Amino acid sequence: MTAAATVTDVTMRYREHTALDGVTTAFATDAITGLLGRNGAGKTTLMQLLTGHRVPTSGRVEVLGADPHEDDAVLQRICFVKEGQRYPDHFRVRDALAAAATLFPSWDEDLARSLVADFDLPARRQVNKLSRGMVSAVGITIGLASRAPVTLFDEPYLGLDAVARQLFYDRLIADYAEEPRTVILSTHLIEEISGLLEHVVLLDAGRVLLDDDAETLRTSALTVTGPTDRIAALGRQHELLSEDRLGGSTRAVVRLRQPVDAADLAAAGLAVERTPLQQLVVALSTRSAASPAAAAAARTARRSADYEGAIR
Amino acid sequence: MNEDAGPIFRQVAAQIENAIVDGSLPEESQAPSSNELSAFHRINPATAAKGLNQLVTDGVLYKRRGVGMFVATGAREQLLKRRRSEFADQYVRPLMAEAEKLGISTRELATMIDRWEDER
Repeated sequence: MTAAATVTDVTMRYREHTALDGVTTAFATDAITGLLGRNGAGKTTLMQLLTGHRVPTSGRVEVLGADPHEDDAVLQRICFVKEGQRYPDHFRVRDALAAAATLFPSWDEDLARSLVADFDLPARRQVNKLSRGMVSAVGITIGLASRAPVTLFDEPYLGLDAVARQLFYDRLIADYAEEPRTVILSTHLIEEISGLLEHVVLLDAGRVLLDDDAETLRTSALTVTGPTDRIAALGRQHELLSEDRLGGSTRAVVRLRQPVDAADLAAAGLAVERTPLQQLVVALSTRSAASPAAAAAARTARRSADYEGAIR
Repeated sequence: MNEDAGPIFRQVAAQIENAIVDGSLPEESQAPSSNELSAFHRINPATAAKGLNQLVTDGVLYKRRGVGMFVATGAREQLLKRRRSEFADQYVRPLMAEAEKLGISTRELATMIDRWEDER
């Protein structure tokens, strides 16, 4: 993998608070990476470092081969769509787009126009008088039309209804297919975008909890329901991330330590379902909140083995 | 796409295989491109391409340079053969497991299948 962006042992402290604690990860060139984690996990801080908005307390940040904080040429090739982006008071939608057009060398005006039409954006209205969702649509339009080699979306969908979010995903995937580029997308709506992601980085309390291919993650865990004693037996071979009990039966999210044949489990009277990415993320983040020791163990084992295709 | 049925690239491949088996994608016809698959299933184009490449490796599809991917001659027969060999594991095994749980004997099962045939 060639990386468009790397962070190496990055720590970011604000007074007493440590937002990022020794984070090392890489964002593959021309891949769509989901940056996931709970509120306060450090997602926005990481994006601010990658876009040169902040300088880390320690560690190294490199984007397109340079330190983004010091390199204007690199900054022109990065587009950051921030959550709750503010625009100058007098800016109309068309002014915001015109400003973006001068900022980004690869700006695609036709794409911008078609997105404005699709999102039904009023070009002459002041941005700050738009609804929350409309402001988000302006950000999304700029993010996509910038065609920046590295584009970051930080929860870009706030206030957007389901139809507009679907429009964003569809246009993102279509334009990405036409012009592949490095996309980093932070979101809480994991199920909605899980199919779009090639790679996933999960942050938790300023640390990397998971860093893997989306397809590998999809096959690395199963949700198994059955008699409690049999689930416990399963827990001796694999890792039970979460357990819910009802009478004598248990439902567990099981992280596989080695490949299993789902049909074997089914034949043993266990109901087996795939664990959606969102459930895996919730189980991992919850466990980490409940037990810092478990979180530490997960970090050392965070590069799970390649289970792709392990489940038949 | 359905999260419950294996890696997404496998599902992409399986869906194209289904279309070949049921005849809606005839041999020597052009398969959908990775971008078409990506837009249709709302999945990453890299994942769609992986599904297609799997089928090329399996000899089900072949590439025509600069044109796209096409269904190989003999692909349908090849897929039928493979699916027949997988039939016992995929369908008979869970059937037997459920029958055993309910106390249905193999003989009773056979009677059921015969009756099913008659009623059709």
